[in-house]
Amino acid sequence: MRRNLSVAQGVAWRTLHNVFTNPSLFVPQLAFPLFFFTAFVGGLSRIRDVRGFHYAGGYTAFQFVFVLLQSAALGGVFTGFGIARDFETGFARRLLLAAPHRTGIVVGYALAALCRWLVTAAFLTGVAFAVGMKVGGNGIDLPALYVLAAIMNTAGILWACGVAMRLRTMQAGPIMQMPVFLLLFFAPVYVPLDLLTGWIHAVALVNPVTRVLEAGRSFVAGSPTQVAAAYGAAAGLAALFSWWAVRGLRKAEAAG
Amino acid sequence: MRTTADQVLLLARRSVAHTARQPAAVIFPLLFPMLLLAVNSGGLRAETHLPGFPTKSFVAFALAVPFIQGALFATMNAGTDLARDVETGFLSRLSLTPLRGAALLAGQLGGVVALGVIQACFYLLVGLAVGVRPAAGVGGVAVLLVFAAMIALAFGSIGAWAALRTGSSEAVQGLFPVFFVFLFISSMNIPRNLIATAWFRDAATANPVSYLLECVRSLIITGWNGEALGLGFGIVTIVAFAGLSLAAYTLPRRLAR
Repeated sequence: MRRNLSVAQGVAWRTLHNVFTNPSLFVPQLAFPLFFFTAFVGGLSRIRDVRGFHYAGGYTAFQFVFVLLQSAALGGVFTGFGIARDFETGFARRLLLAAPHRTGIVVGYALAALCRWLVTAAFLTGVAFAVGMKVGGNGIDLPALYVLAAIMNTAGILWACGVAMRLRTMQAGPIMQMPVFLLLFFAPVYVPLDLLTGWIHAVALVNPVTRVLEAGRSFVAGSPTQVAAAYGAAAGLAALFSWWAVRGLRKAEAAG
Repeated sequence: MRTTADQVLLLARRSVAHTARQPAAVIFPLLFPMLLLAVNSGGLRAETHLPGFPTKSFVAFALAVPFIQGALFATMNAGTDLARDVETGFLSRLSLTPLRGAALLAGQLGGVVALGVIQACFYLLVGLAVGVRPAAGVGGVAVLLVFAAMIALAFGSIGAWAALRTGSSEAVQGLFPVFFVFLFISSMNIPRNLIATAWFRDAATANPVSYLLECVRSLIITGWNGEALGLGFGIVTIVAFAGLSLAAYTLPRRLAR
């Protein structure tokens, strides 16, 4: 257990050092969520006037929750790009040889993804409050949102890790990114679930991210709903992708 | 004259073949804009209930976006391919031949324009399949295809300039987020007169991409709108002229003989 932890610490420290000392990796992780937040809140705020839109927190808070969860999930995926790069450069193979407990490698990448996202979350939250986001939730509701997002971040990195360890090339980037992107955007991104109609409503109903998003928005509005379903969905995704990542690790080991 | 035409044709063919051999370079520019169209037209359908929204069909409103997105991908393709030619030394080897600089640019961009028109036809067919009927009729569709070709040329020439200037495919890829910002801070998802946030409305008004979108949109939704067409074609001509001038200015430095 201790050796596993020391491997995880080493991998996490190296990944974080790479990210925070390389502007081409660090800047996009802050800029992209900010850019989505700006585009959605600035461009689409008129949606609050659509009949049936009754979100207590206003459109800024409504979109803040989506962008926060998006930054969490995609932050995990972006860390997966680093794993693929490590395989391309041969570093990951040396790491596999050197690590006494290889599951520590996966844990290390997951820890790095989480620390990386915490910086993004703090930045995004600061910007949201600066532009006047209203929060109805109390001292428990808001942390509950961040915990939910952290679980999504873990699910994101574990998914990307599984792909990276199976394909071991940077060309796997779209395979890591596209399903997460679709899962996020097939949820009620712009309007509440009730206002969606047609096929997108049917898809959103069965999409686990919908539960997470609706619960997240209810936390910010101060009237939590679907909490168990949201935590169950997020934890289920994380558990499923843990298995996926560990199986990926075994495939990478077998590939040598 | 004939030799130059042959050179252009050869390089255009190489550019198209090069793109066709990379499935990701063909499928992604076709599929991704359609996915975004599907997601946005489903999620933002409620917007059509806003007073003053120009149409009852959000798909018709949003169909303009893939044309511009496709052009962004064309920029990336043109730029990345040319930058790779610089990186691999292909351009240096070309400089040992009597190839004219203008033929190199025209050939490279010819391939991009061809791909841009194919993309535009695909987007139009998808639009027709889901029930969108261009208000400007058959003539409007022809104008739309000419406009799509001009957008591909304009954005492609910027990609080519970036490739020649930096000689790095990674640097060209780095341009993508910049173009994406231009696309998102525009009237992409909502008409400018319905944007409630003042600074965003001003930014969208100052953003040339808004007028490109509105030009395409006018042909699909309103029919023949002289102002929208004039602004769209005017802006795309200026961007193409600027991009081609910059690329032509930079090319001799890369093709140093």
